[in-house]
Amino acid sequence: MSRLARLTPSLALLPFLLYLTVFLLVPTVTVVVGAFAENGRFTLANITALADPVALTALRTSVLLSAVSAVIGAVFGAVLAYLIVSGGQASWLRRSVISLSGVLAQCGGVMLAFAFIATIGYSGVLTVWLRDHLGIDIFGSGWLFALPGLILVYAYFQIPLMVIVFLPALDGIKPQWREASVNLGANGWQYWTQVAFPLLRPAFLGATLLLFANAFAAYATAAALVSQGNPIVPLLIRSGLSSEVLLGHQHLAYALAFEMIVVVAAVMGMYGLLLRRTARWLR
Amino acid sequence: MTTAVSTQTEPAVAFRDLHRHYGEVRALDGLSLDLAPGELVVLLGPSGCGKTTALRILAGLDIATSGTVMVGGRDITHVPANKRDMGMVFQAYSLFPHLTVEENVAFGLKLRGVDRAKRIKRAGEMLELVGLSTQGDRYAHQLSGGQQQRVALARALAIEPAVLLLDEPLSALDAKVRVQLRDEIRRVQLEVGTTTLFVTHDQEEALAVADRVGVMFQGRLEQVAPPTELYARPATPFVAEFVGLSNRMRAEVSEGTARVLGAAVSLLEGSVTQGSGYALVRPESLGVTAAEGDANGRVVSVAFLGPISRVQCRLDDGQLVVAQLTSAGASRLSPDDAVRVDVGADAVLVVPE
Amino acid sequence: MRTSPAFRVVRVVLLLLFAVFFFGPLLAMLDFSTRGTNGSRTWAAWANLVEDPELNRAIVASLLLSLFTVVLMLLLLVPTMIWVRLRVPRATRLLEFLCLLPLTIPALVIVVGITNVYQWVTYFLGDHVLNLTFVYVVLVLPFAYRAIESALSSIDATTLAEAARSLGAGWGTVIGRIIVPNIWSGLLSAAFISVALVLGEFTIASLLNYENMQVVIALLGKSDANTSVAASLAAIAFAFVLLLLLSVVGRSRRTEGS
Repeated sequence: MSRLARLTPSLALLPFLLYLTVFLLVPTVTVVVGAFAENGRFTLANITALADPVALTALRTSVLLSAVSAVIGAVFGAVLAYLIVSGGQASWLRRSVISLSGVLAQCGGVMLAFAFIATIGYSGVLTVWLRDHLGIDIFGSGWLFALPGLILVYAYFQIPLMVIVFLPALDGIKPQWREASVNLGANGWQYWTQVAFPLLRPAFLGATLLLFANAFAAYATAAALVSQGNPIVPLLIRSGLSSEVLLGHQHLAYALAFEMIVVVAAVMGMYGLLLRRTARWLR
Repeated sequence: MTTAVSTQTEPAVAFRDLHRHYGEVRALDGLSLDLAPGELVVLLGPSGCGKTTALRILAGLDIATSGTVMVGGRDITHVPANKRDMGMVFQAYSLFPHLTVEENVAFGLKLRGVDRAKRIKRAGEMLELVGLSTQGDRYAHQLSGGQQQRVALARALAIEPAVLLLDEPLSALDAKVRVQLRDEIRRVQLEVGTTTLFVTHDQEEALAVADRVGVMFQGRLEQVAPPTELYARPATPFVAEFVGLSNRMRAEVSEGTARVLGAAVSLLEGSVTQGSGYALVRPESLGVTAAEGDANGRVVSVAFLGPISRVQCRLDDGQLVVAQLTSAGASRLSPDDAVRVDVGADAVLVVPE
Repeated sequence: MRTSPAFRVVRVVLLLLFAVFFFGPLLAMLDFSTRGTNGSRTWAAWANLVEDPELNRAIVASLLLSLFTVVLMLLLLVPTMIWVRLRVPRATRLLEFLCLLPLTIPALVIVVGITNVYQWVTYFLGDHVLNLTFVYVVLVLPFAYRAIESALSSIDATTLAEAARSLGAGWGTVIGRIIVPNIWSGLLSAAFISVALVLGEFTIASLLNYENMQVVIALLGKSDANTSVAASLAAIAFAFVLLLLLSVVGRSRRTEGS
């Protein structure tokens, strides 16, 4: 078959490739280029601006928020996943938890923000009840709209996401491994520490990384809850885009977005490596 | 029933009237069986007959509804699984994927607090026993199915168990590997001398490795006997048809003899004593020769199987039978030939209609 | 082995605690959105979902957006995936990489870099909220890809195609009448997930200054929290119903097909 004839079937992929180029690759390249450009000329000014106290604080807070919510989500999510796995493959509990997790994990941040405003906001249901019946004011100075509040609301979608991502790993634990270790003399504790945990560790770490990336890239929840100030990177980008002059660098938003890609890509890369190890063991 | 319970020497393993019920289902319906020290007993039967249940109860992975299990004279019915001194080989997937082969084999020793140097030495000995001494540093996914099962065997034996349990260890393997490995298992078992319970649904496998075979059906033991006896003198119709091939041929019984295809054949214990029935005749007990006017059937097909051939014949009275001949003897037969089919002198079991 | 009574009790207690954490806010939303003055119950906030013109417009816009996104996604992705599977298998890795790429490029980053592209879109199509369809297709790509891919792998597409071709079918027939009918559950799954995602999308819409449902909910929150909460709960409930339908469809397909 001639070269041309062999290549022809690939041509059918052009529409798809063109579409992705326009709507995904071009924006990404724009961001990368924009981070290194100012008024059409190459410059590192935007990148160095990332080291300014404002940007650095935002980065630190973002990392803190992502790390804490990732760990909380990972630990509680793993526990929840274990609770539904031990119930059996086709139990109604398992199926409903998975469905609910699917909804909550994909839930738009705005809706979650309002869920918590309705619960523990100033006139939230729980706040009012505690205030009226027990005299306790949990709203206080409005911690819901600052870092502690964000961590709590993030946990609300991180835990379900963990359930979805980690469940396949738990399913991959073959009953024969437990039976073999018991047969060889292991008690429950020895089985968990010497067989199950080591086998689940890559999957657990990988899932935690995924949760980190998910939190780091999240925008909607914070945008809905925080109206003053820019404590985290996504909100800093928001001010950059709404033309509030940031330290005189119009392209800072590009630099911040670039920073975001680097962090997320690095984390997802590590996740990919851990995934391959898991896939081999827990097939 | 034959030699199920022995009272001569202390049996290494004894099942006493074991029952296992799941609601309406009776997985085990009164199993009593002894294993002598160093003996390899195979539990053979179709799926659902209770053989795996019995093994798992012995291992402690399942709990009997009633009955007792004794090992070395001790009642272990209520001893937890990880305190029983047994090594088990599973059908598949039992090697720990995150440990090397050597670490897998040494796992039981590590749990028992054996120090590292001794562990490595013992693991090495076990791997040498199963012929995998060079594979110590590899991981399970790098080994073939047959190699994995050999590692599993080494791991089970490393802890010097009182009893070795094998749960259909060859069922997940290719045919050729299966044959090689079953001989390996038998060789190792004889060398180490561990009392062994082996569960399988493959009757050829059972006959090839066992000291005694226990055929099970619907939770009950049909017959326990050495392979040759099981094959030549099946005690029940189920055993006769499950172990080896059988032809069901019409027979008339009177005065202790059966008449099959005009020939007189002696009866096995348990047969119908009077009247008509079906005789279970082994293919190798049938003779097929080219007819000289005394034909009583026609050849339907000839299947060449290497050293032997199986010849399918349609008798004049309508019965379809399969005879086993040497390939030399069958070479002169072709489909549609008129032939004479004779029944040999081996005793047969006659079952009611 | 593990069903010791102690473990069972612990399990129930833990599950209850999780249930409180996850259902609590949802119930609070119901209570909050039906609160009237002086402790009365009112459905006024819920009525606003259909009465408030701005919210109404936004809801309709979001629903249309999800419809258009699903259609465009299916048109773009399904033929491409089937074609790669049947005719250009070497491109499988590339396709997988490209489809999962949006997972690594946050929506926030995309919106920062897409303003130029959208200037062109507005130039050609006018400034309409439905323009968001184009970028939404990219957002739903990873999830749609996974759903369709798992459906494609569960049928042996190559063998089916070869059998059809040997009986004389052209490629169009193969794709349209042989493959597609057999991957319905995957397509539905992709569609449902896409709808849920589009209805919940806020980042790109707000930063490109379009008014979809989530943007309006957020805006309303400052003046009329009750309605915002009602709308949020309605959207969550809708997504839950969608996913339930999806699991029902998935199960019935499995019993009739396979």
